[in-house]
Amino acid sequence: MVENTSNNYSYKVIRQFSIMAVVWGIVGMAVGVLIAAQLWLPALNFDIAWLSYGRLRPLHTNAVIFAFGGCVLMATSLYCVQRTCHTRLFSDKLASFVFWGWQLVILLAAITLPMGLTSAKEYAELEWPIDILITIVWVAYAVLFFGTIVKRKTSHIYVANWFFGAFIITVAILHIVNSAAIPVDFTTWKSYSAYSGAIDAMVQWWYGHNAVGFYLTAGFLGIMYYFVPKQAERPVYSYRLSIVHFWALIAIYMWAGPHHLHYTALPDWAQSLGMVFSLILLAPSWGGMINGIMTLSGAWHKLRTDPILKFLIVSLSFYGMSTFEGPMMAIKTVNALSHYTDWTIGHVHSGALGWVAMVSIGALYSLIPGLFGKKQMYSIKLINLHFWLSTIGVVLYIVSMWIAGLTQGLMARATNADGTLTYTWVQILENTYPQYGIRLLGGFLFLSGMFIMLYNVIKTVSKSNKDAVDTRIPEPAHTAH
Amino acid sequence: MSDFWSIYIIVITAINIIGCVALLYYTRKKKQSSQDGKTTGHAYDGIEEYDNPLPLWWLWMFYITIIFSVVYLVLYPGLGKFAGVLGWTQDNQYQEEVAAANEKFLPLYEKYAAMSVESLQNEPQAIKMGQAIFANTCFGCHGADARGSLGFPDLTDKEWLYGGSAESIKTSILKGRNGVMPAWEDTLSDRDIDALSSYISSKNIIERPVIESFLEQGEAVYNRTCAVCHGKELEGNQALGAPNLADATWLHGASPGLVKDVIRHGRINRMPAHDTILGPEKSHLVTAYVYSLSRKEKDSDE
Repeated sequence: MVENTSNNYSYKVIRQFSIMAVVWGIVGMAVGVLIAAQLWLPALNFDIAWLSYGRLRPLHTNAVIFAFGGCVLMATSLYCVQRTCHTRLFSDKLASFVFWGWQLVILLAAITLPMGLTSAKEYAELEWPIDILITIVWVAYAVLFFGTIVKRKTSHIYVANWFFGAFIITVAILHIVNSAAIPVDFTTWKSYSAYSGAIDAMVQWWYGHNAVGFYLTAGFLGIMYYFVPKQAERPVYSYRLSIVHFWALIAIYMWAGPHHLHYTALPDWAQSLGMVFSLILLAPSWGGMINGIMTLSGAWHKLRTDPILKFLIVSLSFYGMSTFEGPMMAIKTVNALSHYTDWTIGHVHSGALGWVAMVSIGALYSLIPGLFGKKQMYSIKLINLHFWLSTIGVVLYIVSMWIAGLTQGLMARATNADGTLTYTWVQILENTYPQYGIRLLGGFLFLSGMFIMLYNVIKTVSKSNKDAVDTRIPEPAHTAH
Repeated sequence: MSDFWSIYIIVITAINIIGCVALLYYTRKKKQSSQDGKTTGHAYDGIEEYDNPLPLWWLWMFYITIIFSVVYLVLYPGLGKFAGVLGWTQDNQYQEEVAAANEKFLPLYEKYAAMSVESLQNEPQAIKMGQAIFANTCFGCHGADARGSLGFPDLTDKEWLYGGSAESIKTSILKGRNGVMPAWEDTLSDRDIDALSSYISSKNIIERPVIESFLEQGEAVYNRTCAVCHGKELEGNQALGAPNLADATWLHGASPGLVKDVIRHGRINRMPAHDTILGPEKSHLVTAYVYSLSRKEKDSDE
């Protein structure tokens, strides 16, 4: 079948991003497992500088967020925008540029971070030449996405595309503002932030929390809004709810950053605003979970037979759990206990593994067969196995870090009758040690699932039949208003 | 904060909160289509949408968080320059907690501060308090067990860089110390450094093979370059913090390779002053604890 006409969807870039999402998922999570192992057995850095924890930790976060998450978001958003707008991508050349440009960014990150080149801003460690490249690729991605929206054949814009759109625009703003820096050396790429002191900290966490809000939440809610109704073959639960929670979510998320800086040099008023808006954020966040889970009402029985749906629905449960936990941790008195402990790490991973990774995995399993002319994945049983490995892995990870974090927080504040501290830092670390072992096991199980996914994907696409790929664009349905 | 920015903050905060309420108000209607099979009429790639009303429990949860936030912003600082009716600040909270702790604990600390370090050796509780403060203040360098590590002195042995008297220990804690070993790589040849290393090994209590033919040159270089600080007999000088080179304690490592590295590149060792960090009473207790360590007979656990 000829693919390259305006009557056909453009799937090449979707195929590329989907496959690379699986590959980068394995790379990013493998680095995560390695550094979890290093916390358990520090000698595992083998005394090699570029294998040391301090350099691999940003490589892990960048790889899972921007390489794995980025490829998933680009694959699904560019697929969804074509399908729900009933039109072909705005430009194939631009799509190709976005794919190769993004892979180059990932490659440069994988080289420079282990070398120790870093701007030292969390989740924005890449130095300025790579930041400039990211900006160029991101603008191309925005043009590609919104260009496709503009030439849509439907009268309205589907809700998934609102979320993808908000994600693309906001990430561009966040990235440019937070990465503003003054280069001081052109050979080592060294630069210093354009901001200083408490302002730099505030800009950093305005970026950091909105990276969570717009990249890891809004973007993946876009995925949810396409793949959950598609996989469940049910209408979305409530259009009205999607409007309310979309606008509330994007307006309120912007404010939440200061909750990362409670009891610091940040002025009191900014801390308070960060806290109250984090609390108000609870309902808008849950709006997405309700809309996703309730979409399944009337089709609950499908959960018994369809492991892809299991991935999607369980991811929404983890999403609901972490978006409840987040506002609670933003309350100052809770934060005074939880901040600077492994509870934060557990919280992040209940979102990152439970929500982001599991919704991505579900979406990829749903997406990949059709892109390669197959009706379904090579093995449904292996998807089921992957589901259980992931779920058990996440639970072990979160529970061990909850225990570790709570214990750390309580031990750090325990005092003797004479006013001195009861425990030393080393005693706290010693107490955490078994939990690091359990966390490592949880992470390892999650990573094993990804290898099973890779095998399943290879088997699915290896004998792909290009002619069987249905890329025809159907006429949009016109039902009466 | 200027009035402009204060008003700016208040206005955008109000817009966001009121905006949420307005959004809920205008979409709250219940009479819209329910699960009777009627959708909005839009279809995208086969996906349709119901228009179910906002779940009531969810709506109330939303309202409650908004009410809580408005009350919070009246009570606490948040709206620009408005300080909140409670007058709370994080600085006040800290000062109050410190004042409360001082009222409770200070008499005990003052009682011990009035006693000499030597007499505190008979006060097990004082030593225990000193240990607890040490283990959470000094652990980063000296280790929670005070045995130090490469470059950081072991405080449990009987060797002292600046003296082991109560007074010397207290001065080290309160005022800090700056130990400077200059770098000699530009002044001494490789041969000089090899010779020097052999000479020092020959005079050190740890038995090592030495190259006899180097010793004469090594001694000459030592007397010319090192003796002024480390002493003719390698005995060191506690007034300068120059280590004894004849004993078995090697702060920066005992191997000839490490010794030569120290000679070549020098070392700067800084013990930070703790007078403002710990205050006089706690410093006194830490002194008593550190003093007790070198008084103890070596325990059987080693």
